[in-house]
Amino acid sequence: MPVPTLAVEDLRVAIRGDEGVARILDHIAFRLEPGRILGVVGESGCGKSTLIRAILGILPQGAAIGSGRILFEGEDLLAFSQAELNRSVRGSRISFIPQDPYLALNPVFTVGAQMLEVMRRHRPGAPREHRAHLVRLLRRVQLPDAEAALDRYPHQFSGGQRQRLLIAAALACAPRLIVADEPTTALDVTTQQQILLLLRELVEEMGLAMLFVTHDLGVVAELCDEVCVIYAGQSVETGPARALLDAPLHPYARALLACHPDRAEGFLGIPGAVPSPLRAPPGCRFAPRCAQAREACASRAPHPRRAAPGRMVDCILHDPAAVPA
Amino acid sequence: MPGFILRRALLVLPSLFGLLVVCFLLIRLIPADPAVALAGDNATPAQIEAIRRSYGLDQPLPVQFGRYLMDVARLDFGTSQFSGRAVAEDLAQRLPATLELTVAALLLGVGLGIPLGVLAAVHHNRWPDFLLRVVSVAGIAVAAFWLAIMLQMLFAMRLGWLPLRGQISAGVTPPAGPTGFLTLDCLLAGRLDLLADALRHLVLPAVTLSLGGLATITRFTRAGVLDTLQKDFVTYERAVGYPRGRLIWLYVLRNSVVATVTQIGLLFGGLMAGAVVVESIYDWPGIGSYTVQAILTADSKVMLAVTLLIGLIYAVVNILTDLVHALIDPRLRETR
Amino acid sequence: MLVLRKFLRDIPAVAGALIVLLVLLLAILGPWIAPYPEDAAASHLLRRLRPPSAAFPFGTDNLGRDILSRVILGARGALTVSLTVVAAAMAIGVPLGLVAGYARGVVPELIMRVTDVFLALPQLILALALAQLLGPSVESAMLALTLTYWPFFTRIVHAETQRLRGALFVDALQGIGASTPRILFLHILPNALSPIIVRATIGLGFTILVAAVLGFLGMGATPPDPDWGLAVAQSRGYLPNAWWFATFPGLAILVAVLGFNLLGDGLRDLVDPRLRRSR
Repeated sequence: MPVPTLAVEDLRVAIRGDEGVARILDHIAFRLEPGRILGVVGESGCGKSTLIRAILGILPQGAAIGSGRILFEGEDLLAFSQAELNRSVRGSRISFIPQDPYLALNPVFTVGAQMLEVMRRHRPGAPREHRAHLVRLLRRVQLPDAEAALDRYPHQFSGGQRQRLLIAAALACAPRLIVADEPTTALDVTTQQQILLLLRELVEEMGLAMLFVTHDLGVVAELCDEVCVIYAGQSVETGPARALLDAPLHPYARALLACHPDRAEGFLGIPGAVPSPLRAPPGCRFAPRCAQAREACASRAPHPRRAAPGRMVDCILHDPAAVPA
Repeated sequence: MPGFILRRALLVLPSLFGLLVVCFLLIRLIPADPAVALAGDNATPAQIEAIRRSYGLDQPLPVQFGRYLMDVARLDFGTSQFSGRAVAEDLAQRLPATLELTVAALLLGVGLGIPLGVLAAVHHNRWPDFLLRVVSVAGIAVAAFWLAIMLQMLFAMRLGWLPLRGQISAGVTPPAGPTGFLTLDCLLAGRLDLLADALRHLVLPAVTLSLGGLATITRFTRAGVLDTLQKDFVTYERAVGYPRGRLIWLYVLRNSVVATVTQIGLLFGGLMAGAVVVESIYDWPGIGSYTVQAILTADSKVMLAVTLLIGLIYAVVNILTDLVHALIDPRLRETR
Repeated sequence: MLVLRKFLRDIPAVAGALIVLLVLLLAILGPWIAPYPEDAAASHLLRRLRPPSAAFPFGTDNLGRDILSRVILGARGALTVSLTVVAAAMAIGVPLGLVAGYARGVVPELIMRVTDVFLALPQLILALALAQLLGPSVESAMLALTLTYWPFFTRIVHAETQRLRGALFVDALQGIGASTPRILFLHILPNALSPIIVRATIGLGFTILVAAVLGFLGMGATPPDPDWGLAVAQSRGYLPNAWWFATFPGLAILVAVLGFNLLGDGLRDLVDPRLRRSR
């Protein structure tokens, strides 16, 4: 088996805040193979951004890793210092496409200055060559007037154009992995389609791996090879996108798909609310809202099981070791 | 840009007019009878009557104000009661000394305040932040007149490191002109010995005057940096591996100083007012000590002129502030 | 309760609150706490300019009076001036701000114009000039300070009122026919209270400071009042030998103003959620 580009193993992150300790991530696990796109799906507040921050090493003050490993090409990123991450990981081997292109660019510096800031640290060559490389990339991401773009300021571009700029920036140092944080949610539908198409092409063309975080199952169906469903900080189900979306196994994944407007027969909500990470129930966090919950769910520790080839489910219903009801 | 400056300047005119009206009314209306106040405690009724006539105080108020406006337009602020010279002349002669002092104080405040503010923000809610917060609040809370006396006592009287008062040592003839700014003139005349002497005289007054501004700049820089640190682009910049030093001191700071620059503009007014106290303690031959003399002798002409001058400087500085804003933030260059 | 716990964790703010409490206690109980309460007016030429000792912890002044006692006794004057000035400035500034923020038309425009002009005035100079024209006394100092401080309250209340005027609950109140004064004073004002309190707290410190400047320049308290600013002015002829004479009254000003400012800052952090979160 080849070394996966990214493997997250039993990751737990807690953040100490004004109101106590919030266990934001509680057992997250997934693998991302080279050349694949993994969609991480969950509702807002499920811990998606904390997961991204943990991978990139930019967790907020007061955050503590409880357990787990984040293996990037076999190396545990959690063991890296900030300086090491800057030197050999962030911006070079792992790059990042942020959620909101309107807010992610520094408004008082030219686009070129910002893109070159990262490049000159990771690529050999003179500034002039870097600029030429950037212009090539900007053309590749179909940014109009690529030559002049580098000397302009962020506010002079539209949202879609800024997202193209950020994609080009992410590609500038030939990364192995792109972490994308809902990069299309802030855009209108047509632009969204174009950006998704562009990302798909680029991943195939350059043989990268991409971690694509989103709440939008439609985007997952269109773009991703694999899916990891997260509920309240726990990865409840992972597997190939097609198979998982066709026949979800975990009750939460099923309920989530049933809510999707493309397939819902009438409006179906999930009763109850996502538990606060401050007062998360022990055991399965979905149990209080789950129609099929058993007594044992409340105390059952996270325990993913292989349910089908390539598919992992963390649910008592699919755990042969658990006592059947 | 020239159009921009002109438009801003036109916007200032109504405020300046308002300033004139308010000053005029306050000074003419508050005392039951200004002539009595002007004449002093031991004046005879005849003297009071004479003062009333010579000041035009027997005319209706709008007439008095109209006359006053005409005078101001001609830069004729009357004759100072205590110096016996034209107020405008006195002010013109003393303005450079005050500007020299305030600019020195401002440079100190900005040069120290911005880095300290950044440090406090970066160490938010940890001990450097607590310490700097207390120190910067103390900087605002300290009475300038007391600080001036303490500094004089320590550095001039006890240690003898720095001169006690004045702008230059007694018995020295400073170069006359061409700019009127003493340090600049010394430099232009090539008199480095005099320049050193002038700078030594400048240290204590400038430090005293700078403290309030230093504290304010520290506080606003801290708040601005804290605010910027919450922004999405900072998360992005950290996520793609901007080195921490450049991230904070270049990319974050440039976004954060807009509010600080506004404060610097506002501070200049405060510095001019602070100069009143500081100059009179250090015998600094500027507008501030002149104002104190005017106030002590109830010289309303000087008071009106000084208030107007400070209002004008305040307005000019605010226009400059807007210009600096536009230089820092490209978005402001286009919308105006 | 969460708010209180949060406040208690803000060490500088708690220090400020303690100082303010101390100043209040001194102001109320001063004559009973001061070791030599008669030194408010008496003079003892035989013990002039004594350095700090067990009997006179802060030393004695040029008239042989105990400086510690006069520092303690000065708290009442300083606090009286600042409380009066801030209360009067609020009484002028808050209603004007409410009207300017709620009404439409010429009146609010005029109020805000005048406010802007007053804000642009050099406060200290204006206060000095007024105090001189009215005749130097504590009363004229208070009047002068009030006239220069009310615009700050107008500014704040105006901004808050304007913000709240568009709020849903105000629409609802108008809908059920509540009278304008009722809406303004019973519904909008309580919502604008926290910024007013913050400003008033900082204003108390600021007023103590400016009043001290007036006292120092001979435009406020008159001898033999135990005034901190006046004491520093009197000490100038006896420096550097009688260092304690200038040092302790000035320190009293510093500590008192510091207390109000730290408390005000802490309250502001508590009220303004923008600065709460940190990374």
